[in-house]
Amino acid sequence: MIPVEYYIILSAILFAIGVLGVLIRRNALIIFMSIELMLNAANLAIVAFSSVIQSFSGQIFVFFVIAVAAAEVAVGLALIVEIFKSKQSIDVDQISGLKG
Amino acid sequence: MTLDLILFLVLALVAIATALGMLISRNAVYSALFLVLNFVTVAVFYLLLGAPFIAMAQITVYAGAIMVLFLFVIMLLGAEKLAPAQVLPWQRPLAAALAFILVAEATYLLVTRARPTGDVLPPSEAVNTMDNIRQLGIELFNQYLLPFEVTSILLLVAMVGAIVLTNRQKRERK
Repeated sequence: MIPVEYYIILSAILFAIGVLGVLIRRNALIIFMSIELMLNAANLAIVAFSSVIQSFSGQIFVFFVIAVAAAEVAVGLALIVEIFKSKQSIDVDQISGLKG
Repeated sequence: MTLDLILFLVLALVAIATALGMLISRNAVYSALFLVLNFVTVAVFYLLLGAPFIAMAQITVYAGAIMVLFLFVIMLLGAEKLAPAQVLPWQRPLAAALAFILVAEATYLLVTRARPTGDVLPPSEAVNTMDNIRQLGIELFNQYLLPFEVTSILLLVAMVGAIVLTNRQKRERK
């Protein structure tokens, strides 16, 4: 028997690693991967709670989150490819076209 | 210390190590491969939590489709490594400190304030049987039928959007 708190702490740690990735990396692809990591951490917490209350609703919610993440990745990677075509780089420091 | 707890701790160690590996790797391909391992570990957590359907969806959609797309784009762009550029010296320590504060606060609020009570059931007692996957399907196609259909439209729109975005040059040339 594993207390649900352990899963919540693990989920918080994974989420924070994802936040760190968004904050310190400059490669747009790795920032995007960090966002996926954060989505996964949230999913883990939802499934853990769903297991405690013995309900399927949490699992169904996670199923929808996975589907939305797939859609997000398709559009996001297309945007990154477009940015690379116009800037020849995916360094987020280079994407400063709106800076006056 | 039960077997379940040992299994959990080892897997948690693997999950955190692979997430850090994703964060630290200089090469984007290694990052993506670390992330695949992380997703598989999370899928095993789902199995431990008695959610076999979600575990399999995790492996096929995340570790399979999404990460293959990532690797494909990394290799297509040839963007494994960025040229070293000047970085703000205070940025990394500050980000690490802020992330630590985030973990501490989230853990404190979720564990002490929200007070999730109860243990996670072992897979043998949890909803981890074929009969319960059938119940999951019944609930998905009755109570959650509209969100399910909306999701299919969302996926279609995303697919069209991705094609339109990456196909723009070809259309302008005509």
